[in-house]
Amino acid sequence: MFRYILRRLAWSIPTLLLVTFLVYLALRIGTDPVQSYRRVNPRASRAKIQQYIDVNGLDPNFVKGYFTWLKNFLTGEWPPSIKGRREVWPALKDAMANTLRLGSAATVVGIVIGLFAGVLAALRPGGRRDVFINTSAFVGISVPPFISAILLQLLFAVYWQKWFGASLFPTSGVYPAGHTGFDLFLMLKFMALPTLVVAIQIIATYSRYMRSSLLDVLNSDYMRTARSKGISERRVLIKHGMRNALIPVVTIAALDVGSIVGGLIITENIFSYPGMGLYFLKSFGEGDFPLLMPWMVVIVASVLFFNLIADISYAWLDPRIRLE
Amino acid sequence: MAFRRFVSHKAAVGSCFVIATLALFVVLAPFTARYGVNQSVQAPPNSFLSPRGNAWLGTDDIGRDLYSRLIYGVRVSLLIGLASALISVTLGALIGAIAGFRGGKFDDIMMRVTDLFLAFPFLVTLLVVRNVLGALPWMKPITGEMNSVRFIIVLFGIFGWMGVARIVRGQVLSLKEREFVEAARAVGASRRYIIARHLLPNSVGPIMVALTFSVVGAIISESTLAFFGYGPQAGDGATSLGILVGQAKGAVQTGFWWLAVFPCLALIVIALSINFIGDALRDATDPRLDRGA
Repeated sequence: MFRYILRRLAWSIPTLLLVTFLVYLALRIGTDPVQSYRRVNPRASRAKIQQYIDVNGLDPNFVKGYFTWLKNFLTGEWPPSIKGRREVWPALKDAMANTLRLGSAATVVGIVIGLFAGVLAALRPGGRRDVFINTSAFVGISVPPFISAILLQLLFAVYWQKWFGASLFPTSGVYPAGHTGFDLFLMLKFMALPTLVVAIQIIATYSRYMRSSLLDVLNSDYMRTARSKGISERRVLIKHGMRNALIPVVTIAALDVGSIVGGLIITENIFSYPGMGLYFLKSFGEGDFPLLMPWMVVIVASVLFFNLIADISYAWLDPRIRLE
Repeated sequence: MAFRRFVSHKAAVGSCFVIATLALFVVLAPFTARYGVNQSVQAPPNSFLSPRGNAWLGTDDIGRDLYSRLIYGVRVSLLIGLASALISVTLGALIGAIAGFRGGKFDDIMMRVTDLFLAFPFLVTLLVVRNVLGALPWMKPITGEMNSVRFIIVLFGIFGWMGVARIVRGQVLSLKEREFVEAARAVGASRRYIIARHLLPNSVGPIMVALTFSVVGAIISESTLAFFGYGPQAGDGATSLGILVGQAKGAVQTGFWWLAVFPCLALIVIALSINFIGDALRDATDPRLDRGA
């Protein structure tokens, strides 16, 4: 097991380098960083532009440029953003913290409700409850997050205000303008709608996974064996059923991080929530290479990390994988 | 047999009717739309009229009829969905079949690339690939201008093959161990013949399912791109579902609910109907999924 983890870890470093190189290439070709620098600083001297090219690793030779960028990135000499020459790390750190808060809240809410709904559906397949949960999940998957975000905003913020005087949930930001300090209740109120939008997707996905996984398990021989040994139905379900049904779900959960981040990006933009998504869309729109590259590294690294977690958890739960 | 199973899926049959009606409305747009795509319903003041007799679904900021614009918009979106789905499914089926049949290095590399692409946040990859595609000078003759409908179709076509390839590959992997493929190989059939005459025809079920889901995927992707301002900027007031939904963003705060609700509802109805059809197709063509109930 230990050797398996080591081997996977050793593999993930070249993968990380390769993918960041591809991202670097794509951004170089797609956004033309030198051009966007000239656009923001039209009167920059030749020496200034050359300096910008040097610190960002924008050598005309892509491979050489990448390694310059990599060296600067690893030694912590991150070039400032094009627009406003801001430090990149503080902005990225704040965005990461905000997204992590929103993302983990939505994931926890989504997975708990989703798994619960999936179990309820699987216990009586074909019943009215099952049909209801299944259909709702299907609708939840079909409706893209920005649509549900718009409709929820319209209902809970704009029309609630019209009907009842005050809006139930605010639609943008983490705190009202001018607020300083930490206020949990206020924060929860601001996070409620974006969390709900992301959670809907997660609930829909996981209730379906859980349902089909548990149905497979319920029909298996060892469940019948457990029952025939005279163990109580509740114990059979929890100890034998749930534990085995969760194996594929855990793996899928770790692999699914990319799509959750995707949902977060869209949701953050609509609710003006200052997280990774808003950061990305803003810097991408401006072609701000110094802001974009570290963002990409964070995303690539987290996707690869959770892939690793998926592989390891799968190998840990299912010993047959390790031998290959 | 497959047909009977499909018909027994009630939601899917209903969805077929919905989509057929929509298609009819959209194809006959000059007759079903009450106004031209760029025509205002009445002399000013005509902006932001709520739904009423001469504008069933209200009007937008410059007084154009939302109902007529929805019809024209859905027309463009369905075209984008169908065209790009055809491209991506053709590409995906070919690549998936070859990868599954040949195995080895080609298969490894293809599936690694696919896994990697699918693991990333979809919108990020889409935006980055869009920019790269637009920056390649030798793609210009195929893609046209970056804000054209053609560009979007090519982009989704290139982007969408990966999911399809994975499905077809899985199907081919199981098919190629079957006796009839072995028999074909025994009588000396070439690889190309086996793929074209045995493997692909026997994968029609999954390919059809992939096609329906690709159509929805493309329509939703187009809306997402347009929503964030990266969609097709159709000239002359031409529109798409994505552009209309994009307008909804601005309409929420000001309380012009019809501008938000109707385009969103149209998108939900389309996505849901096609998804139901795809789901039923999958159940109907995959005998292993016979769930009894």
